[in-house]
Amino acid sequence: MIAFDNVAYSYGGGELLSEVSLRLAPGSFHFLTGPSGAGKSTLIKLAYAELMPTAGRVTIFDREVRGLSRDDIARARRRIGVVHQNVEFLDHLPLITNVTLPLAVSDRAPNPQDVSDLLTWVGLQNHADALPPSLSGGERQRAAVARAVIMGPDVILADEPTGNLDWEMSLRLLTLLVELNKMGKTILIATHDLNLIRNAKSQVAARVLRIRNRRVQLAGADL
Amino acid sequence: MSDGTRDKGSLLRGDRQADRVVPPSGPAARLTTFTAGAMAFLAVFALALSLASGRLADRWAGALARTATIRISAPTDQLAAQTQIVLDILAQTPGVAAARALTDEEQKALLEPWFGPDLPVDALPLPRLIELTEGDPGYDGEGLRLRLSAEAPGAILDDHTRWRRPMAEAASRLRLLGVLSIALIGAALAAMVTLAATAALAANAQVIRVLRLVGARDSYIARAFVRRFTLRALGGAAVGTAAAMIGVAFLPAVDEAGGFLTGLGFQGWAWAIPLALPPLAGLVAFVATRTAALRKLRELT
Repeated sequence: MIAFDNVAYSYGGGELLSEVSLRLAPGSFHFLTGPSGAGKSTLIKLAYAELMPTAGRVTIFDREVRGLSRDDIARARRRIGVVHQNVEFLDHLPLITNVTLPLAVSDRAPNPQDVSDLLTWVGLQNHADALPPSLSGGERQRAAVARAVIMGPDVILADEPTGNLDWEMSLRLLTLLVELNKMGKTILIATHDLNLIRNAKSQVAARVLRIRNRRVQLAGADL
Repeated sequence: MSDGTRDKGSLLRGDRQADRVVPPSGPAARLTTFTAGAMAFLAVFALALSLASGRLADRWAGALARTATIRISAPTDQLAAQTQIVLDILAQTPGVAAARALTDEEQKALLEPWFGPDLPVDALPLPRLIELTEGDPGYDGEGLRLRLSAEAPGAILDDHTRWRRPMAEAASRLRLLGVLSIALIGAALAAMVTLAATAALAANAQVIRVLRLVGARDSYIARAFVRRFTLRALGGAAVGTAAAMIGVAFLPAVDEAGGFLTGLGFQGWAWAIPLALPPLAGLVAFVATRTAALRKLRELT
């Protein structure tokens, strides 16, 4: 699905990531952890081609990102659902329009029943017409998950998705992501919440990657 | 289907979703409406000026090719002889296509507006007028004057074509300036729309981030802005054009005595020409916005 081969990324003269090699196999579940500023968000952005590596190769769906045109990158992103900690919406449009936006930009018409089922699945069936600024943090995160999965993506990348949520809401969001993984989706969650990781490992066979000294390592049994 | 064709198609049939992704209003969009309206208003007057200048140039240029007048003032008993002398001279002068003496009735008709229909032409010592038509190439005016003064001292060549020529040239230049003004107005509109579209793109950075995150291509994002600015320009130009056409319609009607200023309007089918301005403004806005949007989106990588 997504592979990093000896990838480095430099920003402002300093190297943030170095010699990063990893593979997200189909149907796998990975956590990416590390201290704040370690480069978790950068790695996520490299994984959906928002950033380009300064060295090495990032491959998305068997194609190296440097060789992709702007349209190719847009098409690749339709197969990757992304959830950010500070999720952004089109604030002037109702939730249902925001959730179906990936379909609209792909010139696909939404199936009303599917959309309704999706909103019910994330517990937002009563907020379809609400504007995003009126939603709570948890509701926004669940809406982001709904938007990320509406195209039936192969990969879901979540960058600190529970950063603004209480524990109960975090577990609820985690459950959604675990369910998606059980449906065959490849999941990568960047988080520094070790409790969340421990909880997930009780539900799914998750591998934990840790960024330390600019490199990505497989975390040990301490988790 | 190419992106450009898709853009034009969505413009005509409406792409509700693409139209809505950009927040509905903003100073940049309002600026476009106002600018397009003002530019169209100015363009209508530039067009009216250009067309009026064109008519004037044509009229004066036509007059150039027609006649000059020789006025013969002589005692009554010599008038017929001098007239014949002048006609003989003109018949021998290269560049004179035709010449004839005006009849008493024609001279009376010329004077009638000033002296009324009961003018006793026979009782007045009126000069005889000879109308001559210039050939191609024309005659030597100075040479003709010298010969007339030598052989028919009472004959004076009124070479009015000589002062009409620079006026006709001035009218032609004025027409050219009118066309140039319309081109400049179009360019100014394109520049303003480009600025407004670029400002709108910068102000909607979050919208662009969200659209890119969910897989929108640059052409889709550009389409939302292009449609908005094109329709704004079209609407503004329509209002500006209508207001200016009403203004032109209320200008004084063509009147020979009023000269150039009273002819500053549209005549006949020319009233249809300003109707092309709103679609033209829309086209300018379409091209300007699409070019600006795609360039800005490439910069926002």
